Amino acid sequence: MTGTSAELSVSLWRGAQDGRYETYAVPQRESQTVLDVVTFVQRHIDPTLSYRFACRVGVCGSCAMTVNGRPRWTCRTHVSKVADGGRIEIGPLENLPVIKDLTTDMQVFFEKWQEAKGVFAPSQTRQDPIAQIRPDTPVRAAADAAIECINCGVCYAACDTVRWNSDYLGPAALTRAWTLVNDERDAGNTARLQAVAASGGCHACHSHQSCQELCPQTLNPTASIAGLKRRTAAAYLKGEIKPEIKP
Amino acid sequence: MNVRLYIWQRSTAAVMAPLVLVHIAVIFYATRQGMTAADILARTHGSVVWAAFYGLFVAAASIHASIGIRNILSEWSPLTERRAGQFAIGFGLLLAALGLRAVAAVVLS
Repeated sequence: MTGTSAELSVSLWRGAQDGRYETYAVPQRESQTVLDVVTFVQRHIDPTLSYRFACRVGVCGSCAMTVNGRPRWTCRTHVSKVADGGRIEIGPLENLPVIKDLTTDMQVFFEKWQEAKGVFAPSQTRQDPIAQIRPDTPVRAAADAAIECINCGVCYAACDTVRWNSDYLGPAALTRAWTLVNDERDAGNTARLQAVAASGGCHACHSHQSCQELCPQTLNPTASIAGLKRRTAAAYLKGEIKPEIKP
Repeated sequence: MNVRLYIWQRSTAAVMAPLVLVHIAVIFYATRQGMTAADILARTHGSVVWAAFYGLFVAAASIHASIGIRNILSEWSPLTERRAGQFAIGFGLLLAALGLRAVAAVVLS
């Protein structure tokens, strides 16, 4: 464990969008996670603290927060890795409306998944035999590359383009779209490519790669978005899709 | 930005890349040879090749820059995307007019 103080100085965002940071003293422990710190405050100092978590083991994607200025999954982020001289500042995810304290309203994040047609469109029925998908084909490898997204919202909070352009679908939704574009069983690609080729879609990405740098699953949304740019450009040149500008 | 603007911006960038290299090479050549404005104009006057070269350059730069301006305005200013597009079209036309006027001055004068 790094740091010499036995106590952490923890600043937590309190209130809604117009809230402020309040500082708490939390005992420092071995192998302590940021989520442990937040939980300590809620259980021992102020039970009115609101935050979101479920699995505590990096599967559910519920507990992402801004830790010392960067979005992180708090259940798998060790205090020793992020504490700056025994201080930690923990706030709600950026680019999302704050409901209260560390809890954001993720509705727009998931609505954009729908907007990007990030939903599997079946090409067969339950009466058809199960599709045989070889895992070693390039197209399946491309689908598998980003399939482990846990919808935590870290990439969305890290994205400068989301900050500047509220219509931008964001790295997570576009990465999901790219996964489905490469899914041989899916039948929704024309509508999907049309959706992500519109204004606010994949071409709005500036390739800053903050999503790739901070994704807790070490996915590369920038690469997925680049794939969508290529695929939509080809589809447009073939006349399969048309550009749409949002009103 | 949508896919149509993306393709226009990337394709005009691809067109400009070799043109910029030739343009810079010409500048180096002209300055190292100690050519005067009159020397240069004597060579460019009536030249279909230079008219086509710089005419294409102006067209590509006008399209490329105006799409970039549109993106900057729609992301960084309070203008709506439609308004940013209108402003960008005006900016592109201005660039094209100024550029083609300069080409005409060099080739036709």
